[in-house]
Amino acid sequence: MSLVADMWWEATRDLRLLVQRCEQCGHRQHHPRSLCTHCGSTDVGWVDAAGAGQLFSFTVVCRSASSHFDAPYVLALVDLDEGVRMLTHIVDADPDTLRCDHPVRVRWVRHPDDADQERPRHLPCFAIKEQ
Amino acid sequence: MSDGPDVAIVGVGESDLGMTDKIATELQVQAAMRAIEDAGLSLRDVDGVATNGSGTFPASSLSEELGLTPAWIDDTSAGGASWLMFIADAVAAIHTGACTTVLLAYGSNQRSGRTRSLGGTQFVRNDPPAAFEVPFAPLVPLSPYALAATRHMHEFGTTSEQLAEVAVSAREWALKNPAAFRYGDGPLTIDEVLTSPIVSSPLHTRDCCLVTDGGGAVVLTSADRARSLRKPPVSILGYGGCVDHAWGIAATPDLVRTGAWNSARRAYAMAGLGPADIDVVQLYDSFTITVLLTLEALQFCEPGEAGPFVADGRTRPGGAFPLNTSGGGLSYCHPGQFGVFLVIEAVRQLRGESADRQILGAEVALCHGTGGILSQHATTILGRPR
Repeated sequence: MSLVADMWWEATRDLRLLVQRCEQCGHRQHHPRSLCTHCGSTDVGWVDAAGAGQLFSFTVVCRSASSHFDAPYVLALVDLDEGVRMLTHIVDADPDTLRCDHPVRVRWVRHPDDADQERPRHLPCFAIKEQ
Repeated sequence: MSDGPDVAIVGVGESDLGMTDKIATELQVQAAMRAIEDAGLSLRDVDGVATNGSGTFPASSLSEELGLTPAWIDDTSAGGASWLMFIADAVAAIHTGACTTVLLAYGSNQRSGRTRSLGGTQFVRNDPPAAFEVPFAPLVPLSPYALAATRHMHEFGTTSEQLAEVAVSAREWALKNPAAFRYGDGPLTIDEVLTSPIVSSPLHTRDCCLVTDGGGAVVLTSADRARSLRKPPVSILGYGGCVDHAWGIAATPDLVRTGAWNSARRAYAMAGLGPADIDVVQLYDSFTITVLLTLEALQFCEPGEAGPFVADGRTRPGGAFPLNTSGGGLSYCHPGQFGVFLVIEAVRQLRGESADRQILGAEVALCHGTGGILSQHATTILGRPR
């Protein structure tokens, strides 16, 4: 795993959802990289996302691709208010009621593949925000 | 290229298809020799080799297997788009004199070898996005296409019935192609598609292409040399490519407006042609949604209108818009990297060799290959011998 990927996952131990920001031009991007894809600067840092966004699209996965999840589960693309899109899960939702563009809110789920009992990494999943 | 194409396609061939119990290289070699035979050339005439898909040195390994010492090789890795990219590369190589005669040959035994699952995850590698996406367990390649389908339905009102029509139409064509995996299976109905199990919603098993064994090959040489060969040469009128991401699902710039918009625009410009000039269309149909997205990108209909466009059956045999006349990846064969088979069927249509599925008077064919997860795009426009 790259250094920036490590930093991003480490922050999830404290339930912090990081978004990479270019210190030169302000561009924000996910996944984090070693440079800004807008201006090419390697001066990239982080902002803390507020955890709010919109459901861009979703798919109910009916055959699990992982021993950590029982099918069905809802795989989703969420657009964070900070301007980046990320792959995630929608949790605690009836799939039949899901609609694209619904507001969502981060819901931290313990990383299923982390043995650390004290400060495990977490998956930033999302739940539908009540209207 | 359109003003005087000096490179032509002179040979095409398929290997055994379906369930073969051959290894990939055997299928690749079988297809290669059939294409060379189709051209009326011999193995010794080949001095350029392009392929990919297996091993560290795909084109070198194929050359070794055939006993060739090529002057030029290409193993561009762009999935199903590679084969259209190879044609553009081969045109340049022959045009500049780097080599004279190029063989493109693919082979895979992914059905009998049980090495492929469309709902699997083996295509997610250790690329940087994987660290952020694998923990959420997407099915790759299926789930990214399913996400595109959900969004297309949301934005444009596309329905599962319209998606299903793509699979139904492909089956109708396959019933006319004795080489097709589904040739003897009878028609498929919209209802059969909709009642097949959902794997990654809204896509059902019948929205997904086949997994079969198979190989395909294409031979290109200079237009001068082509004139003295066995079959009438097919001209390469235009080409365009666009790569807009690799394996990052969230890195896809636009789920419903794919890179095919750019590759198509470039191909039309080079050919000096537009959508209305195309007589027969071969599109990579990895999933039914892929076809709808690509029809819009190629400007055969308005953005968002591909669902209603196909729903009236116009892509079926006898319809006004003949599409995937081989039966496509959905019903003919899909050994991975279907791009080479798009070219084979387009060439046969332009030569008038497609028998029961022949489009009468087909003069211009368009092939569009899609690689990865809507990642790589290549559009090639081919013309009938003049």
